[in-house]
Amino acid sequence: MKQEGKKAIWSEYQKEIANDKYFYVRSCIRQNFFPGSEVAFLRIMREVLWKDVYEHPCHTTCSGIGYHGDVVPVDTAMTVVARQFALMTEAGYKNYVPSCITSFGLYTEIIEIWHHFPDVEERTRLQLKKATGREFEVPENLAHASDVIYKFRKEIAAKAKYKLVNKNTGEPLKVVDHIGCHYAKMFPSKGVGGAEYPYVLAGMVEEWGGEVIDYPERRHCCGFGFRQYLVQANRGFSVACSKEKFESMKPFKPDMIITNCPGCPMFLDRWQYVINEMEGKRYGKNNEGIPVFTYEEVAGLVLGFDPWDLGLQMHQTDCEPVLQKMGIEYDPDDKYRLDIRKSNQISPDLVNVRTR
Amino acid sequence: MSKHVVVIGGGVAGLEAAGWLAKAGFDVSLVEKEETTGGHINNWFKLFPDRRVSGEVKKYLDGISINDRVKLLTGTTLTEFSRNSDHFRLITNHGKELKADAVIVATGFDLFNSARKEEYGYGIYDNVISSADLEKMFRNGLITMADGNVPKKIGMVHCVGSRDEKVGNLFCSKLCCVTAVKQAIEIKENIPESKVFCFYMDMRMGGAHYEELYREAQEKWGVSFIRGKVSEAGETINHRIVVKVEDTLAGRPLKMELDLLVLMAGMEMSKDGRRVAELAGLRTGDNRYFAPEDHHFGANVSNIEGVFYAGTCTAPMNITETISHSRAAVAEVTEYLKSGLD
Repeated sequence: MKQEGKKAIWSEYQKEIANDKYFYVRSCIRQNFFPGSEVAFLRIMREVLWKDVYEHPCHTTCSGIGYHGDVVPVDTAMTVVARQFALMTEAGYKNYVPSCITSFGLYTEIIEIWHHFPDVEERTRLQLKKATGREFEVPENLAHASDVIYKFRKEIAAKAKYKLVNKNTGEPLKVVDHIGCHYAKMFPSKGVGGAEYPYVLAGMVEEWGGEVIDYPERRHCCGFGFRQYLVQANRGFSVACSKEKFESMKPFKPDMIITNCPGCPMFLDRWQYVINEMEGKRYGKNNEGIPVFTYEEVAGLVLGFDPWDLGLQMHQTDCEPVLQKMGIEYDPDDKYRLDIRKSNQISPDLVNVRTR
Repeated sequence: MSKHVVVIGGGVAGLEAAGWLAKAGFDVSLVEKEETTGGHINNWFKLFPDRRVSGEVKKYLDGISINDRVKLLTGTTLTEFSRNSDHFRLITNHGKELKADAVIVATGFDLFNSARKEEYGYGIYDNVISSADLEKMFRNGLITMADGNVPKKIGMVHCVGSRDEKVGNLFCSKLCCVTAVKQAIEIKENIPESKVFCFYMDMRMGGAHYEELYREAQEKWGVSFIRGKVSEAGETINHRIVVKVEDTLAGRPLKMELDLLVLMAGMEMSKDGRRVAELAGLRTGDNRYFAPEDHHFGANVSNIEGVFYAGTCTAPMNITETISHSRAAVAEVTEYLKSGLD
């Protein structure tokens, strides 16, 4: 593997990511899957990086899950997206940051459609006005939340309490980065590093001390694929996709998987349990699973957030092997105990001086 | 005094044109950006369809173009191109002024940079090489993987950078299919126990003896031809290359591990050609090649009176076609300057 070849490609796919004043929209499914991730993002942005991140209480799904599941027509999706943009406009923000990869893909696609077909944009404006009385501006900057964490990866590294390094051996943890399909496969120029060798998560991993694994099925679907899972009859195909990836990454002995999509960590995490139940097979070292994390969880761990505040107890594949390798202090007894007094406490040394 | 013609480009087309112009009695300045002439032919070992050693063609071209009437300006590019009432005025990068009564543009092609097809991992995966890299191996008489071992299972991807909207090249490069067939045979000759797979969209065997060569590759050498485009390549922990292909004849997806993957790079309008087009105001087509005034009757004629085209600066061509095209360019120049001979 020639790393310089990848670097040449990465240098071609850089994108502008706003520095502050973000309008943040949550995913419609992530809070059920990994409920600590979005909260962790907000805490990192607001409390550690001291950035202005605004959430509007009235925002809805972007409808992307229905659009890609073939049940929501594009005109409807465009009007829903237009309403989201109207909320941003009303709140006085111009930098739009979705939590979900499919949302990011949908917003990118719709902005691109409007760019090429202004009459379609006008029609959407009319539909939104008729339905809600609202008007909107197209965001000046659209970045996925993982782009934003990528942008501040060095600042996070500077405040890191832990590294993606095996405390016992001093070796970097071997990390599989899995990028959501809708991040850059539709519009390579909109993703950090492009579609074939995305750098958005690899950049975080490298900065925080880990080593990224490139394995043959790196580009393969996680198993969600919308209709692969949403249509019940296809679910065998869904688990087969995940299995294909696990088989392919296994020889590289990964310590963990990092993801930036709502569906990917869900399926890569849950299907490991299912495959073990079906075939008695595990893919990690010492007959363990391969822990799967969202990038917010990894950033939180690096910064020293409590693993259970990050919601890692919600993972089907145990995260403890990684916690132990990184030397993270945690109380196993707190795993399933929600102690309000202990939770949501952020280490004072992480808080940006400007907040004091 | 003889009229003076400047030929831009010292590859096959430029050398052939210069030689024939000299034969016709013109004085010629041959401008070549590299220090040596010959262009791409210097990088190829043997040529299709008859496996002639490329050096023989170079020898012929040198024979015809090394002539008292041909002034060779190597390491030279043009920085200015203008036309006065009766002649062209060209300034070189060395500050030299060339006055010309006519100009032949023979700037040739660039080989498609396979790294632009990012999904194949050229420049990233150790055992993904281009057809030009393989040709160097043939020249050195040693076909090896990155670790020095001899490959036993080799894949060849056709149409890399050709017929591909994603890279902006809708045209067919014409030569890659037959090059793949030739190279597949040469691999089998060098490594008889190897297995060679060609992944193609269509086999375009439109030249003389191409179809026979294709048949020989299958019947005599056992090369496997799989109709389907490779969608992606990845690397295993042992540095083998995993390709995913849709076998469209069998109607099923196929995944295969290979020791070596060869990308059959297509042809593109050269960077220098684009620069000359901009400098002189020459018209280019949607495919970015120079656009001749008429594809049937004016294949050498440009939009500027007195400027003519020769060879692959107008479209992909093999050497036979390039030589014919160059001679036709000389005929056009002769017609244009017919009153100029002593």
